[in-house]
Amino acid sequence: MKFDVVVVGGGHAGCEAAAVAARLGASVALIAINAAAVGSMSCNPAIGGVGKGHLVREIDVFDGLIAAAADDAAIHYRMLNASKGAAVRGPRVQADRNLFRQSIQRRMKDFPTLKIVEGEVIELDFNGGKLSGVHLASGDVIAAKAVILATGTFLGGRLFRGKERFDGGRIGESGAHRLSQQLRSLSLPIRRLKTGTPPRLDGRTIDWSRAARQASDTEPWHMSADAPARRNTQLFCGITRTLPTTHEIIRAGFGDSPLFSGDIEGRGPRYCPSIEDKIRRFADRDSHQIFLEPETLNGCLIYPNGISTSLSADTQQAFIHSIPALEKAEIVVPGYAVEYDHIDPRILSRELGVRDVEGLFMAGQINGTTGYEEAAAQGLVAGLSAACRALDRPAPIFDRTSSYIGVLVDDLTLQGVTEPYRMLTSRAEHRLHLRADNAEARLRVTAVASGAISDAKAVAMERRALQRKRAAALAGNEDAGSEDIPRAIREEIETDRHYAPYVQRQRSEVARLRSDRTRLPVGFDFMSVGGLSSEMIERLSLARPDSVEQASRINGITPAALTALLVAARAVA
Amino acid sequence: MARAQNNSGRDPDTIFALSSGALPSAIAIVRISGPRARDALDHLAGAVPEVGCAALRTLRHDGEILDQAMLLWFAGPRTVTGEDVAEIHLHGSRAVVDACFAALQSLGLRMADPGEFTRRALFNGKMDLSAVEGLADLLAAETESQRRDAIRRQRGFIPQRLHEWRSRLTHVAAAIEAAIDYDGEEEVGGDPVYVIGGIRTLLREIERVLALAPAERLREGIRVAIIGPPNAGKSTLFNQLIGRDAAIVSDIAGTTRDVIECPIAIDGIPFLLVDTAGLRTTADPIEKIGVGKARDEAELADILVDLAADRDSERCVAVSAKADVTDARPGTLAVSVHKDTGIVQLQERLVEMAAAMIPLQGEVAFDRRYRQALAAVRNDLSVAVGTTDPLLVAEHIRLAIRELDRVLGGDGVEDMLDALFGRFCLGK
Ligand SMILES: Cc1cc2nc3c(=O)[nH]c(=O)nc-3n(C[C@H](O)[C@H](O)[C@H](O)COP(=O)(O)OP(=O)(O)OC[C@H]3O[C@@H](n4cnc5c(N)ncnc54)[C@H](O)[C@@H]3O)c2cc1C
Repeated sequence: MKFDVVVVGGGHAGCEAAAVAARLGASVALIAINAAAVGSMSCNPAIGGVGKGHLVREIDVFDGLIAAAADDAAIHYRMLNASKGAAVRGPRVQADRNLFRQSIQRRMKDFPTLKIVEGEVIELDFNGGKLSGVHLASGDVIAAKAVILATGTFLGGRLFRGKERFDGGRIGESGAHRLSQQLRSLSLPIRRLKTGTPPRLDGRTIDWSRAARQASDTEPWHMSADAPARRNTQLFCGITRTLPTTHEIIRAGFGDSPLFSGDIEGRGPRYCPSIEDKIRRFADRDSHQIFLEPETLNGCLIYPNGISTSLSADTQQAFIHSIPALEKAEIVVPGYAVEYDHIDPRILSRELGVRDVEGLFMAGQINGTTGYEEAAAQGLVAGLSAACRALDRPAPIFDRTSSYIGVLVDDLTLQGVTEPYRMLTSRAEHRLHLRADNAEARLRVTAVASGAISDAKAVAMERRALQRKRAAALAGNEDAGSEDIPRAIREEIETDRHYAPYVQRQRSEVARLRSDRTRLPVGFDFMSVGGLSSEMIERLSLARPDSVEQASRINGITPAALTALLVAARAVA
Repeated sequence: MARAQNNSGRDPDTIFALSSGALPSAIAIVRISGPRARDALDHLAGAVPEVGCAALRTLRHDGEILDQAMLLWFAGPRTVTGEDVAEIHLHGSRAVVDACFAALQSLGLRMADPGEFTRRALFNGKMDLSAVEGLADLLAAETESQRRDAIRRQRGFIPQRLHEWRSRLTHVAAAIEAAIDYDGEEEVGGDPVYVIGGIRTLLREIERVLALAPAERLREGIRVAIIGPPNAGKSTLFNQLIGRDAAIVSDIAGTTRDVIECPIAIDGIPFLLVDTAGLRTTADPIEKIGVGKARDEAELADILVDLAADRDSERCVAVSAKADVTDARPGTLAVSVHKDTGIVQLQERLVEMAAAMIPLQGEVAFDRRYRQALAAVRNDLSVAVGTTDPLLVAEHIRLAIRELDRVLGGDGVEDMLDALFGRFCLGK
C-alpha cells in the first residue's frame, strides 16, 4: 500500500489532518489503534469556548470537520462573554459524544481517497535515510510521501489513579510505547506532560432538584457558518458546588495522590487544575463550583466539570457523595490522570514539519497542547502542509496577525511549551481583529486559494462576501434596504466599524514591523554571532526565528542579544 | 569561564585600558577584560591572586622590573563585563603606565576602543541599556546632583521603578484578562472598582514623574531664559549671574541678536542660563531671527526670568532690572546690578523653583527615552479609565505594558498569565 499522506492517530488532530489532505485530492491513510474510536472526545463533551471557539470558526472556513460535527452533535449552546465586547465572544456547545463521533466518521467516509486503517504504528520507516512510511505492529508496512504524527496522549501513555497505575493512552485503550522509543532514538527532544479528567456520573442517580440550572441559549447561532437549523433536543446543565466537608475528604486523600507523591513528573495545565490542586493551592477557598454537563442526549452520562482528579477511587466516591445533588450519584468511570510524551514543538517549522526529518509532520497533543480545538487546528495546518508537499504545491502560511491558528503555530514553534498549551484570547495581540464572527472575512481568500474547500462551500462564502460588501456600503444608514442581509452579517459589519480605529492602528504597526524586518537566512548560525551568551544562543537555536522581529518575540531574549543579532544579521544580508 | 560566556566561535580579543583618571596621579588602574586576562597577569606577576583578593606583586617583562603593583583577579562570567577581568593598580606615572601598556601589547592584548568594556557588559547581559546610560552620565557628571542621579541610575533605579509599575499593571491586566478568558467562572467577576482604582493610582505616580524636569536637564542644567523687551537689561543681568562678560552689552536696543547660553551652578544645582533677544517686532532680518529664537526659547525653558511681567507665576519670576535707574514695578523682584541688590534673592528664587523640578531624595529623573514611553503609558491609561468597554480597557492596558516592555525587554503575555494563575483559581 502506498499513499501520499499517512496520518497516525484518529483524534481531532488526525481526523482534521486526514480530511483536509483528502479534500486537496491526496490519497490518505488514517491509522488508529482502535478504528471504532476514531473521532472520540477523550475528556469533556464540549467544543468551543473563548479562544477555542475562535479556532473552531477558523477551521470551518477551511471546510474542516470540527464545527460541522459539533453542530450535528450539539445538545446545549452557550455564547460565552455575551455581555462583553464582540471580539471575545466565544461560541461553545455541549456535544453528545456518540453523535459527534458518528458525525466525524460519516464525514470521513465521504472522501473517496481516504482510507481508515486499524493498527498500531510501531516505527517510522526510513529508506536510505529518507522517511518512506510506517511499520504496523501487524508487520505491514505502509509507504507514504509524508507522515503526520497525531498520537495525542498515547505516546508512552501512563494512567494514574490513587496508587493504581495503568498503561494506556486513555481509559480502556492501550498506549503506544514502541513508537515512543523510536522517536527517542532519533534524538528528538521528548518531554512528559500530564492532564486529568473527572469521574463520570450516572445522570439518573443525580438529584437535579438540588442543582441550579443553566439553559441552552435560545439565540439561533451555530458553530459552522453552513450548519442547518438546530435539530437535537437542547438539554440544560446543572450547577452545584463543593462544601467544606468535601475539601476535608479530599485533603484526607492527599496521601494517595500520585500528583503530590511526585510519581507524576510531567507538568499539568495551570488553567485546568485538578480539584486536589485547587484545594492545596487555594486553601482559603472553602467552595468550588461544579458544572454538571450532559455527555449524551439521553442524559445518562454526566461530566462534572471542575473536579478533574487522580485521587483513589474510594476518595472520589466519598467526596462526590458529600456534594449537594450528588449524595447518591454513582460513578460510572472514576477520574484519572494521564502522563504522556510530547515533543518540544520548537523543532517544527511553521508548517508543523520536523525541520530535520523531511516529510515528517506533527499535530495535536504530541506538540504539547491540550484541547480538541487546538488539536484540530494543528491537524488542519499539518494536513494542508503534508498534502501540499506530496502534491508539490505551496502550502498556506498562517500569520498571527490574521488568525488564532497563526497565533497557535507561532507560539508553539517559537516559544515552545512549559505546560500543556491552551488557547486564550490574551495570547493574541491582535485580539480586537481576530473575532469568532469575522473568521470567514479574515480567512476566506486564503482558504479558497489553498484548494481545501468544496465548491459548495466556496459558493456559499462568495455569497456572504457580497452581502458583507453591501452591508458595509449601507452601514450607518438606518433606513437603507439591508433587511435581506442576514442579521449576523449586519452585526459583524457593525462590530468592524466599532473596532476600526484600533484595528487600523495595529495594521499600520504591523506594516511598519514588516517593512524593517531583517531576515535571518535559513540555517543561520547563532553561534557565529559575536557577544551572545550561551543561554541566548540556546534559546535562539531552538526557536530558529526567521527574522529579527520574530526573535524579539522569543521569551527571555534580552535587548542586548537583539542588538547583537541585528548587527550580525545586517552583516550577512 | 569567559569562554562559556562568549560563543562567537572565535575568542574575542582581550582588551585593556586605563580606567582611572588623567595621569600623572597617585595610582593608575589598568583594567583588562577577555579570555587572556589571566595569562597576562600570570606572565607579568608570575602568579594570579585568588579571585576577588588583592595581592601586591612585582611586575616584570622581558627581564625588566616594571613596577610594584596591586593585582586583582575576577573570573568570568560573574564580572562587570561578563568575561575574565583583571585589574592592575600601578604607580600613576606616565612612564610606568606606558611600559605596562607596551608589555600587554606584546602579549597580544590590545587597547580597548572607547566604550568597549561597557559594550561587552551589555552584550553579555551584565547591564541593561538604562544602566549603560547611567554609567556614561556618571563619567560626565560635574555637579553634585548630577553625580547622585547618575549613581542611582546605574544601580538600576529607573528599571526598578519601571519594573514595579509594570508588575502592578500586569496584575491589573490579569484581573481583566481572567474575566475575559474565564467567562462564567465565579472566581472572576473582574472587580471594576479594583481595576480602575489600580489604574488611577498608577496614573498619578506616572504624572508626578513626568512633571519633573527630564534627566537631560540635570546633565545640561535647568534652562533659565531671561526674557523681556529690548533694552530692559537682560544681558547685564545675564552677565551678573554668570559672573563674566559673555553677552555683549550696549545701549542700542536689539544688540543681542542670537541666543547665548552659559552653564552655571548655584548651590550645586546646574542651570543653563539663556540670554535672548528682546521680544519686539523688528524689521532687521538678523534681529528677526533672534526674536524668533527668543520665542522658542521661552517655550523651551524650564524657568523664565521675565523683565516685563507684573507678577510671578508657576515657572516665571517677574523682575524689575535697572532698579537703580527706574522704579521697580510693584510685586516684582527689584534687582540692580550696579548697586548689587536683589541678585542673591534672585538666585535663591531660582534654586527654590529648580528644587521643585529636581527629583527628591529617592526619586530619579527620567531620560527622554523613558519619558516618551511613560507619556505613551499615561495616554493609554487615561483612555483606559475613561471607557466602560472591558475589552478596550484591556486593550489599553496591554498597549501600556508593551510600551514598558519596549524599554525594559520582557514578555507581557507570559508574565500576565503567571500573575493570573497565581492569583485566581481558574479552570473548571
Ligand atoms: C485523561 C484525559 C484528560 C484530558 N483533559 C483535558 C482537559 O482537561 N482539557 C483539555 O482541553 N483537554 C483535555 N484532554 C485532552 C484532549 O482530549 C486532547 O487534547 C485531544 O483529544 C487531543 O487530540 P489529538 O488528536 O492530539 O489526540 P487524541 O485525541 O488523544 O487521539 C490520539 C489518536 O492517536 C491514535 N494513536 C496513538 N498512537 C498510535 C499509534 N502508535 N499507532 C496508531 N494510532 C495511534 C489513537 O488511537 C487515537 O486515535 C484530556 C485527555 C485525556 C485523555
